[in-house]
Amino acid sequence: MLSLENLAVAVEGTTILKEINLKISAGEVVILFGPNGSGKSTLLKAILGLSGYETARGNILFRGEPLNSLPTEERVRKGIGMMFQHPPTIRGVRLHQLARYLEKDTRVIERLSEKLSLSAHLQRDLNAGFSGGEMKRSELFQLMLQEPDLLLLDEPESGVDMENISLMGKVLGEYLRRENKAALIITHTGYILEHIRADRGCVLHSGEFGCMGNPKKIFETIRTSGYEKCKECHVQGRPE
Amino acid sequence: MSKEDLNKHISESDREKISSSGMDFSEKTRSGSFLQEDAKVLFSRALSESMDILSLEDARRTFPRFADYWGKAFQRAGKEFPPDTEGGYFIRVKKGQTVELPIQACLFLKAQKFRQKVHNIIIVEEDAKVYLITGCSASKASKESFHLGLSEFFVEKGGYLNFTMIHSWREDVSVKPMSVAVVEEGGSFVSNYVCLRPVKEIVMYPTALLEGEGARASFNSLILSHPGTLQDIGSRVILNAKNTQAEIVSRAVSTGGKTVARGHLQANAGEVKAHLECRGLMLSPRGVIQAIPELETSYRDVDMSHEAAIGKISKDEIEYLCARGLSEDEAQSIIIRGFMDVNILALPPAVKSEVAQLEEKTLYEGF
Ligand SMILES: Nc1ncnc2c1ncn2[C@@H]1O[C@H](COP(=O)(O)OP(=O)(O)OP(=O)(O)O)[C@@H](O)[C@H]1O
Ligand SMILES: [Mg+2]
Repeated sequence: MLSLENLAVAVEGTTILKEINLKISAGEVVILFGPNGSGKSTLLKAILGLSGYETARGNILFRGEPLNSLPTEERVRKGIGMMFQHPPTIRGVRLHQLARYLEKDTRVIERLSEKLSLSAHLQRDLNAGFSGGEMKRSELFQLMLQEPDLLLLDEPESGVDMENISLMGKVLGEYLRRENKAALIITHTGYILEHIRADRGCVLHSGEFGCMGNPKKIFETIRTSGYEKCKECHVQGRPE
Repeated sequence: MSKEDLNKHISESDREKISSSGMDFSEKTRSGSFLQEDAKVLFSRALSESMDILSLEDARRTFPRFADYWGKAFQRAGKEFPPDTEGGYFIRVKKGQTVELPIQACLFLKAQKFRQKVHNIIIVEEDAKVYLITGCSASKASKESFHLGLSEFFVEKGGYLNFTMIHSWREDVSVKPMSVAVVEEGGSFVSNYVCLRPVKEIVMYPTALLEGEGARASFNSLILSHPGTLQDIGSRVILNAKNTQAEIVSRAVSTGGKTVARGHLQANAGEVKAHLECRGLMLSPRGVIQAIPELETSYRDVDMSHEAAIGKISKDEIEYLCARGLSEDEAQSIIIRGFMDVNILALPPAVKSEVAQLEEKTLYEGF
């Protein structure tokens, strides 16, 4: 579904991603690990084509089609969706309003907002005064209404309490079990791995993938020995 | 004239213009109406006993205490005013009466180069409560006309007046509203102002005097400034008594015109609370928005604050919406609509949806 070929991305003149190669097939869930500042969010933003994160070299292909020169909204219309790590506040625009753009059936909106305990937030301004966890739930809520085929999730569970992680994990897990959905998920805590089935993990180090393999094993190595150890890669060797 | 004569008198295009400033010709959603064209009062009636709605001239002849009110608010504010007005409305809501449906009034400019000068008086007697919508608009023919509107509001002890003014002029009309509200003990004055259509020049600085303990005033405005427009619009609250509260909120969007958004809060007593918030959104490199907030007091135990911010639409906000599949144009328009949020106005529910529709229509034409 998605393939990144020799992808390089520079932000404000600094090369953040040097040479990224990655393939995600329909139905596959890939976990993206990496220390702070290694370029994980940058990769997701580049796939979505946000301004300032343009492709410097290489290709982003979605279902075989190059995305490089397409604006964000067209990439989104092709079936890519992202959960933002830091969504902006938009005053005067209610969450409900945006939800109606994404989904015409108000019953679907109501049901999902109830599931994610967001019913009371529908009438509030987008992200205005939302707590960390509420923000994450609202991002997931919007994404689920958007129904993308490829989900880009930037730390979906960070700052979320255990109860809400399992709430979100359940909604996300159900969605990913639907046919041919794929995801690229960034996590530091690994909690999300307990709620969804992940097929592969990869570790981003100084702009390149250092390792690819079983996500639970990779996470275990990072947890016990840190990213330094992980660089040497004890799990499965360098990526193809 | 009668309702039938009125319907015959008003042309289809004028009717549309007048409706665009909030007039409901069916009167189904209103409890009284007043309509003046140039210097002539066409129609006025109250649909209940709780109030009087007259032309100012009729009130001068028939209302015994007329002299206790006429010019008195201006005098208290130390403002000079021209006495040679023609028409204007006189509305009195009687003691203890709550008028559920709004009263509507419209001042309409019809003839070319006409200089309309009206004087309005609104009295909300003790513990009475009323909503008033005043629309001001201009016909297609009213080229280069001028409107001077004097308004005096008297909110007596425990009274509540919610006053909404919708300006819907044309690009060559100049207007100068001048108003003072006197609010007594425990009374509330709420002013909502909407100006979304082009106009040549508006200069206004309505003032509320909080004269009794516990009195409140709030001014809320939504202003859209088209190319060629100059809007110098302020709101002032003078807090002359203990325990009074004031709030001024404005939103200004410039698509090329100039807006000066003023606000002045002056506390002449202790234990008061006052806040001023002014936000501007620049959509054109040719527009100008100038925010001038002022706070003033010589008392120590006051809580007064202001915030002012002007900027263009944030790129992050646009991108965020694009990341949800909206086009850049859609994203921009939803953000502008959000900025011009009708919820900042304290409107009665029925009127809120009317104003929201009006705004939707104007913004839709504009962008
Ligand atoms: N808009 C930007 N302007 C300047 N520098 C940027 C910008 N976006 C990213 N960077 C820099 O690029 C590097 C990678 O940032 P990125 O947000 O991709 O890291 P990350 O792996 O997601 O980190 P974290 O785990 O902390 O979220 C960082 O050094 C960051 O400061
Ligand atoms: Mg990040």
